Amino acid sequence: MIAIIQEIISIILMLIGVLLLMVAGIGVVRMPDIFLRMSAASKASSLGAGCVLLSVAVSAANIAVTVRALAGLLFLLLTAPVAAHMIGRAAYMIGAPLWKGTMVDELKGHYDTRRHTLSGIGAQPSQPRRGTGPLGDNL
Amino acid sequence: MLQTIALWVALPLLSIAVALPVIRLVRGPTLPDRVVALDVMGTTAIAIFATYALINAQPAFLDAALVVGLIGFIGTIAFAYYAERRL
Repeated sequence: MIAIIQEIISIILMLIGVLLLMVAGIGVVRMPDIFLRMSAASKASSLGAGCVLLSVAVSAANIAVTVRALAGLLFLLLTAPVAAHMIGRAAYMIGAPLWKGTMVDELKGHYDTRRHTLSGIGAQPSQPRRGTGPLGDNL
Repeated sequence: MLQTIALWVALPLLSIAVALPVIRLVRGPTLPDRVVALDVMGTTAIAIFATYALINAQPAFLDAALVVGLIGFIGTIAFAYYAERRL
């Protein structure tokens, strides 16, 4: 009985994880902008691989396998946001183009791109520039 | 049952999912696009290794998945530093 429940939970987790990884792959191809691509890629792919690792951890009959799969899951959840933040910051620094439907770029004029520091702390924040989205200037 | 589903459903879908970011890797306009595509491929490779360990009952593939995740993380960090300091 326990084995059947274990197997059903494992199957469900594996299918969810595989579908999330498919969504991540499609999002990397189809999204229009580097930041939107990262939004699809980092979240969906880390959750998908985490679900697959959790499925392996649930289905294993051996404690060593479970511990290894959970260690892999912990490592993935610790490193994926750090890597996404680093590559997003680098993309903003080198001036990756934004999507043309972007409403507002809050960081515009706040980054010193030579010293690589955020220069808005304590200074008077300038009005963030608004783009011309489909909803106009009233957002 | 679980191993049958993992072999005939999960692995083909995962192979599609690891092949899709190659398109972005080839035609990505900037360097961070390509790095993001490589990152997604590395994360999908972790899932493929875990599924393979489940199918063949070989727990050593989980260690390989850990190593691939570590190398992917360090590679992404290195590419981010390179892209930022290049100007």
